[in-house]
Amino acid sequence: MVRLITHNLLACHVKGCTTNNFPLTFQDVQIELQEAEFNPEFVRNLLSRLDWAALVDAAKQVGDTSLPPEEPEMMDDDLLKKLHHVLLEIHVIEGAMTCPNCKHVYPISNGIPNMLLAEHEIG
Amino acid sequence: MSRPELQAPPEIYYGDTEAKKYTKNTRNQQIQADMTYRALELLNLPPDEPAFLLDIGCGSGLSGEILDEEGYIWAGMDIAPSMLEVALERELEGDLFLQDIGQGFGFRPGSFDGAISISVLQWLLNAETSHPTSSPPHRLTRFFTTLHSALRNPSRAVFQFYPTSDDQIQLITSIAQKAGFGGGIVVDYPNSKKAKKVFLCLFVGGGGGAQQRVPEGLEGEEDEHARFERRRQKVSGKDRSGKRKSVKDRDWILKKKELYRQRGKEGVPRDSKFTGRKRKATF
Ligand SMILES: C[S@@+](CC[C@H](N)C(=O)[O-])C[C@H]1O[C@@H](n2cnc3c(N)ncnc32)[C@H](O)[C@@H]1O
Ligand SMILES: [Zn+2]
Repeated sequence: MVRLITHNLLACHVKGCTTNNFPLTFQDVQIELQEAEFNPEFVRNLLSRLDWAALVDAAKQVGDTSLPPEEPEMMDDDLLKKLHHVLLEIHVIEGAMTCPNCKHVYPISNGIPNMLLAEHEIG
Repeated sequence: MSRPELQAPPEIYYGDTEAKKYTKNTRNQQIQADMTYRALELLNLPPDEPAFLLDIGCGSGLSGEILDEEGYIWAGMDIAPSMLEVALERELEGDLFLQDIGQGFGFRPGSFDGAISISVLQWLLNAETSHPTSSPPHRLTRFFTTLHSALRNPSRAVFQFYPTSDDQIQLITSIAQKAGFGGGIVVDYPNSKKAKKVFLCLFVGGGGGAQQRVPEGLEGEEDEHARFERRRQKVSGKDRSGKRKSVKDRDWILKKKELYRQRGKEGVPRDSKFTGRKRKATF
């Protein structure tokens, strides 16, 4: 399963692909929703390591438009809940992630992204 | 029989049959659980903060199950598809990746609050996999360098592993050091043939917690089960924000998707056979 929390931290690791290698673009996704326990503190803790624009974009790619385009200064409970849902309850189970820079495609099949590289791609 | 890592590449050794056998074996479950609790203890995370952890070489999720129970959010990776397949069937909460850790990670700097790895590192000393590969030192370097950057400062990564010589320990620790890690080796029950366990305890920055010293190993020769119970109580004793709620049934999820569609959200993905799978009882 790829949740958006993980997607938001994931860049391309192909050899030499070090700029513009984030965020990976979702393609042809199938998702599954799974309720997870809401922990406002965890979501708050995460905020500093998230890339907001990438998150809003990725959420759109998987069919969720609940987040405001700009990161709000104040996080109320309602917004934290939306964030919780987007980050932890949407699971991508089929599709692919493509690197915006080198175009490497990481296929996602049966819930598992294949991150294996070909010989010439290993750093 | 020689050690598994000397017999075949990991993704071949842990094929369908072995992956199931490995996961169902109650003695193995107990040993892996025991070491997972000990690794969590050595990780020394701040008590009441929910953390995002990495499980390196997660296999079929024997550790992942404990991470779920303890209320951690986690992602795991493994090179053996059959092990991941079993992990999927066990319906754990963590994200799973098919990945050769010797090829390194692409996680952005400071992504994880810590990492654990149980019975995996010895595999990196043997370069052989069915995938393109390079020498063990090169793979270890790539692995530790990208891991170091994926961890927050300060934090720790704890590896239980099975070295066969001091040279191997030397090689691993020196490469980890060059990658920027502090820390060192912790040996539990060094004098017991059966209970002896080796942990590589790596620090990013000060490693978190009050002391920056490498923790002490456990002494004596304990009966394994007693040890297991004690670890379990110790780690679980912390008031983690805890247990997940039971997962809602398929109807609930479908209703929610229906709701999305009615609200006119574009591109709500079609229902799949995976939607709202029931979680099976664990082994
Ligand atoms: C003894 S099992 C341990 C699994 C799990 N950590 C546990 O405690 O049950 C060793 C695992 O390491 C994985 N492994 C070996 N080499 C690997 C590599 N290069 N990259 C990722 N995983 C690897 C194997 O596929 C296997 O699942
Ligand atoms: Zn790339």
